[in-house]
Amino acid sequence: MTTLELQNVTKRYGKETVLHGLDLAVADGETVAIFGPSGAGKTVLLRLIAGMAEPEEGEILMDGEDLIDVAPEDRSVGMAFQNFALFPHMSAFDNIAAPLDARRAKREAIADGVHAIARLLKIDHVLGHAPRALSNGQKQRTALARALVGAPKILLLDDPLRNVDAKLRFEMRLELPRLLEGFGSTVLYVTQDYREAMALGDRIAVLMDGRFIQVGTPEEIYLTPATVAVAELFGDPVINLFDARVEPSGGGSVAVVGSARLALSPGYANLYGTTVTLGIRPENVAPAGAGTAGAIAARVAALLPLNDRLVRLLVTDEGAEFYTSRDFGGETAGEGARVNVTAASQDVILFDKASRRRIAPEGEAAVIPAAPVGREHRAGRVSA
Amino acid sequence: MQHMSTGERLLRGVLITLALIFFLFPIFWILLMSFQTNADILRIPPSLFFTPTLDNYVALITGELKTASGVLKLAFMQNLFNSFILSTASVALSLVLAVPAAYAFARYKFRFSEDIAFTLLSFKFAPPLLVLLPLTIYFQQIGLANTYIGLIWVYQLITLPLILWIVRGYFEDISPDIEHAYRIAGHSWAKMFFRISIPLARPGIAAAALLSFIFAWNNFVFALVLASADKQPVTVGALAFVTASGIQYGQIAAAVVISIAPTLALALFAQRYLVEGLSLGAVKG
Repeated sequence: MTTLELQNVTKRYGKETVLHGLDLAVADGETVAIFGPSGAGKTVLLRLIAGMAEPEEGEILMDGEDLIDVAPEDRSVGMAFQNFALFPHMSAFDNIAAPLDARRAKREAIADGVHAIARLLKIDHVLGHAPRALSNGQKQRTALARALVGAPKILLLDDPLRNVDAKLRFEMRLELPRLLEGFGSTVLYVTQDYREAMALGDRIAVLMDGRFIQVGTPEEIYLTPATVAVAELFGDPVINLFDARVEPSGGGSVAVVGSARLALSPGYANLYGTTVTLGIRPENVAPAGAGTAGAIAARVAALLPLNDRLVRLLVTDEGAEFYTSRDFGGETAGEGARVNVTAASQDVILFDKASRRRIAPEGEAAVIPAAPVGREHRAGRVSA
Repeated sequence: MQHMSTGERLLRGVLITLALIFFLFPIFWILLMSFQTNADILRIPPSLFFTPTLDNYVALITGELKTASGVLKLAFMQNLFNSFILSTASVALSLVLAVPAAYAFARYKFRFSEDIAFTLLSFKFAPPLLVLLPLTIYFQQIGLANTYIGLIWVYQLITLPLILWIVRGYFEDISPDIEHAYRIAGHSWAKMFFRISIPLARPGIAAAALLSFIFAWNNFVFALVLASADKQPVTVGALAFVTASGIQYGQIAAAVVISIAPTLALALFAQRYLVEGLSLGAVKG
């Protein structure tokens, strides 16, 4: 039953503005992943919501009530820190019990609560240990248990999987959504890993240089990134970018990249004659038959294995480098081989060359409403 | 552990032994002196072999010093008691004042915070004699001269800056996230301070308290000027051994042994805190 709303939240440290007028509405029970490179202000934002720092401007509303003058202990917020921030002089049990202890719960009630959450997170066998005797995975789970045990209205998770090993990170990425759903908390999940953001977030808010560049569902962000920077942050290998000129061709439009001509979706007639930045994700760079009109001719410069796939670095005759992660069929396209590739028109994303913002084709809804999953439906606003 | 050749290990042993002899020999010699008569002490050349006597200690404890010119009254036990009262109370008062102040200086950036902290430290730079004369006059006027309270107040010049600056460093080393986590868990600031900040800074507080206790205990000049006989600590009281019939080296040695005993015991006791790790590995570096 808890909504969280940020209105024009601005944070300055001295003369430096760290957060620029952030707006965000999080619906009850929704998980919003705050994604961005380090130094973007993600942790600062969580600190503001938790009450460890105050914004210079703007309001933070929980269920419509302004939180600014509410002390951290009265906000009903749970937080898991990136560095765990366990109390070093207390056992894991006492660490987890801290939120219950604060409510003067009965000893038995505290023990029940702690054991229940510890069983859920599979740390009930180490409750007597001091934090220094715990493995990183156990510390992380203890921190998570401490954040969850009080059933907070708002759960703030600050990159909780940052300091754990790859295997545990993968397990937790699967486990966490189920766990969070069980608690019904409204969640802000900070991460630097786009996969984590896409796996855990009902919506993703992309924070860069203190501004939300884009707020939307994982699909929206991946398929229609608001800027070149967002496109580059989501996806591995990174999106291919070319300079291209948009021209009419037959009934539709094409993008001219060197000697290649890629068909575009309808709706770009207004761009004829202009040069744009064209983006194609590596998985959409497909091999083309010998006779395909307008295909990009390139040479395979390098083969890079990525998990079960083989990523190829291609170089065009003009010297432009780009990646493809599509299957070329066995050994037929080894290093030095010449290939023809193309991309389907719906997979081509155009960006303005100067502003580096995505150019939506005419006829597409200006901003796809980012439908919150919770009860209260409110469009996520795209700022900046 | 690094690998060391036999030569290096030998050299290390020799150097450590030399250092130990250099620092411990005076204490050892004082201990020997305390069991000797004045005649034994002044014998040339000095000898390690003598008939031990407890006379020095007896004189100190009974308060009667038998000299060639008659029996002198000694207030050594009273001095020892005074030292104890003055040092303990000074450190206690300083802890109450300086620990919260150290926290404020460590955590909050307020106007002039650095200047205030530095001014407090600068009390330790000024030569005590600079302030003593005016202080004596003021103390006489407001009736604080020759009182425990007056002395404890002045002793704050010794203990307060020391505790403040040492403890401040320890507070700064505590991750603020740990404190925030406790607040977010639903505890008030005061609970956080007493249950998280203070326990985590305990090694630092113990070290600072111990050091300032020793400094207070060893203070001479404040007590010399501001206290008369019944309030004097051992450091000043030791002057009484410089008598008309000569310097009573044996009693001085015994007095030194007795007066370093409490600080030595305290240091040994607090060693555990001094070496205890601060953060205990709960925050990943």
